[in-house]
Amino acid sequence: MPQYKFRVNGGPVTVDSWDPEQPLLYVLRNTLALHGAKFGCGLGQCGACTVLVDGKAVRSCVTPIKQLAGRSVTTLEGLGTPEKPSALQAAFIAEQAAQCGYCTNGMIMSASAVLTQTPHPTVEQVKQGLAGNLCRCGTHTRILSAVMRAAKV
Amino acid sequence: MAMEMTSLSRRGILKMAAGALVVRFALGQSSSDASKPLNPADVDSFIAVHADGSVTIYTSKVDVGTGLATAYRQTAAEELGIPVERFTVIEGDTALTPDHGGTGGSSGIPRGAADIRRAAATARQALLDLGAKQLNQPATQLTITGGDVIHSNGQRVTVASLVAGKRLGVKVNASAPLKNPSTYTIVGKPILRADVPGKCTAKHPWLQDHTLPGMLHGRVVRPPAVGAKLLSVDENSIRALPGVRVIRIESFLGVVAKDEWAAVRAAKEIKATWSDSQVLPGSKDLSHWVRQAPVDRDQALANRGDFNGALSSAAKQLTATYYWPFQSHASLSPSCAVADAKESGTTIWSAAQNPYGLRANLARVFGIPLDKMRVVYLDGSGSYGTNGADDAAADALLLSRAVGQPVRVQWMRQDEHGWDPKGPAQLHELRGGLDANGNISAWETQMWIPDGPQGSRALLGPESAGMSQTHGQGAGLMTLNLDPPYPVPNLRVVSHHLKDTPLRLSNLRAPGKIANIFAVESFADELAAAAGMDPVAFRLRGLTDPRAVEVLKRASGMMDWQTRPSPNPYAAEGNVLVGRGMAYVRYKQAENYVALGITVAVNKATGKIAVRRVVCAHDCGLVVNPDGLRNQVEGNILQTLSRTLHEEVTFDKARVTSVDWASYPLLSFPEVPAVQVALIDRPEQPSYGAGEASSAPVAAALANAIFDATGVRLRTVPFTAERVKAAFAKA
Repeated sequence: MPQYKFRVNGGPVTVDSWDPEQPLLYVLRNTLALHGAKFGCGLGQCGACTVLVDGKAVRSCVTPIKQLAGRSVTTLEGLGTPEKPSALQAAFIAEQAAQCGYCTNGMIMSASAVLTQTPHPTVEQVKQGLAGNLCRCGTHTRILSAVMRAAKV
Repeated sequence: MAMEMTSLSRRGILKMAAGALVVRFALGQSSSDASKPLNPADVDSFIAVHADGSVTIYTSKVDVGTGLATAYRQTAAEELGIPVERFTVIEGDTALTPDHGGTGGSSGIPRGAADIRRAAATARQALLDLGAKQLNQPATQLTITGGDVIHSNGQRVTVASLVAGKRLGVKVNASAPLKNPSTYTIVGKPILRADVPGKCTAKHPWLQDHTLPGMLHGRVVRPPAVGAKLLSVDENSIRALPGVRVIRIESFLGVVAKDEWAAVRAAKEIKATWSDSQVLPGSKDLSHWVRQAPVDRDQALANRGDFNGALSSAAKQLTATYYWPFQSHASLSPSCAVADAKESGTTIWSAAQNPYGLRANLARVFGIPLDKMRVVYLDGSGSYGTNGADDAAADALLLSRAVGQPVRVQWMRQDEHGWDPKGPAQLHELRGGLDANGNISAWETQMWIPDGPQGSRALLGPESAGMSQTHGQGAGLMTLNLDPPYPVPNLRVVSHHLKDTPLRLSNLRAPGKIANIFAVESFADELAAAAGMDPVAFRLRGLTDPRAVEVLKRASGMMDWQTRPSPNPYAAEGNVLVGRGMAYVRYKQAENYVALGITVAVNKATGKIAVRRVVCAHDCGLVVNPDGLRNQVEGNILQTLSRTLHEEVTFDKARVTSVDWASYPLLSFPEVPAVQVALIDRPEQPSYGAGEASSAPVAAALANAIFDATGVRLRTVPFTAERVKAAFAKA
């Protein structure tokens, strides 16, 4: 079975995949037991599956594993823990920026990429940066507050 | 008394970092040998004080992201005098939690928390009695503070040592003394949710992450048309995929595989032939279908005075027709379930809002004795009513029974959008009359609504598999808030329930009330405009309840409401027209008071609506957790803006065609307005739920704002740019 070598959350991994087209999402969740990224649509439309590849936010549900060779993937697990959350995670917790929380992975990962590119964004810039991430519960204003809070840290 | 508390450790309690409690149990163990009391008449069914001083609350109601579990922790902690940090909640496990109802209808606080409060108040009395014996003091001289029973002379003993792993063994006493809300120190505080840190750090135990040894991944191939029969399957078409098994039961077609991606591809690529089926009316011009389809029954909801006489003698007469489309729960996660069907017992892990209801329905349809089936709730994504969760559970059970192994099913996006039971379309015709002074002298609301038989909803998988089941079409309390909240001497309110519905129905957040208030509060605005009156003044003139008056005044104050009739004489601002609108509701005609104002900018050339600002004054009585409440109110507002601006389930003669986020779009971040919420706390009043009420006035407030900005009245949802442009073209 073909093997793929890349880095996840700082460490090297080697995974088997019978199908080079298998999306990264399934490899993360089922092979590597990293459950941060969520299946939302499988179409790259909702953002629940967002991870960082070489620092850029990508939709893991439509990213074939064959494209990952030699790349560096960061998942929600790689940002921090409940005990030691990243500044962005801490801001989401402080703002209680979740209702059901199923979109939260994508919000934090996409916002992380936004803040890397634009460390001190305006609210409008954050809105544009998260335009491809859907929240069904209507937690948008808190998510925006959380990102702006993290940008101040 | 036996040491029944150890029954929990038998199952191995895993304390999660986030403070959530996950109870695992031996595989195959049926619910009949669980020793945990379940009778809602027993305090021990709801509350267990453990030897380490921690406390577990057990409830059949589930926290689908609403903060309900936190409100329960606060409620119990307050009555018990035990710090709130020591509380965890086990939700919706038919082997562990008492059945005090499912989750829905915004009843989690008014009914659910009331049950928890009574159980906790009874437990407090039992603990005081135990303390009295231990300290040799009369119970009346003891209090519980910080988890200790205390006497004023300094004697104290911890509740943990008093209970010492035993049950309290007392019945819930409906008249147990309750703490006076004026003394509350925990209820009313913005206690943080225990689940949020885990959700932000990938440590939360989601249903979608639940795995079992030997578990297979399943997918179901739904028919290409509603009612289509499966004629043939070509298993060779997926032979190249590793380890896939095809399960066919009559017209039920599923695949299972150890590898999830193999199951996904198999479901997508398998070649199957289906019979032709064209049973739907199509969603184009569905409002006409709703108006003309056969009616099963009429329901007279109000009839006073002489409507016809008053209308014909009115100084001004108005009529208007409003339409609300079919909408989907559109949960961010497609529905998911894990089923483990064994001879010794069946277990289902599900995010369904009513675990006991799901168990009863599955047990009936699958012929499994109740005591051989356990349903365990785990968090899925927000559901906002009955989405596909019950159907996914039935799918997983069908597949697990067929292969004799645990099976996890997660629907694909097109399954959820295409097949979740829907919130029904609603058509409203309103007629009204004003007297010479601009008072409402006559009002009539008629509603037409797809409907069907009572009883449990038919489950998709069992339906395809030819299993016997009921075909209920319950959508919730659809007929509340059809009458105006203003005094009308001559009033007639009728709902016409159709014999049939094109799509399966279920409860979708604030069932019926959003569309009803859209019609009623839009029409009130139309009457105000016809009377040449300011919309808020027109409403205030008819309201006498001081709580109603206060929310309207607070909301209009928050947006610096200028008293004048609509439309806005100074609407032009660059290339847009700006305006403001207000709507008011007494939710379910007996609960929350909500006034909601919106300012909007409408681009006449593009038809684009930009909601700039939403203000909301909200009175739900006692506030249990102001931050959780605010979160719910904000969510109601933004979700309903999404439903009003964008959402309509479309279908042709065969099937639902709005099956992804492009064809069924949600509100996006760039569209999000500023939202300002004023909470009016009334600790002396009963606490109503807040999961629905503030959604009800959103569409009407927006329609009223658009009218104020443009002079054009939108009466059909969603307010798409095309529809706005068409309305301008007609005006």
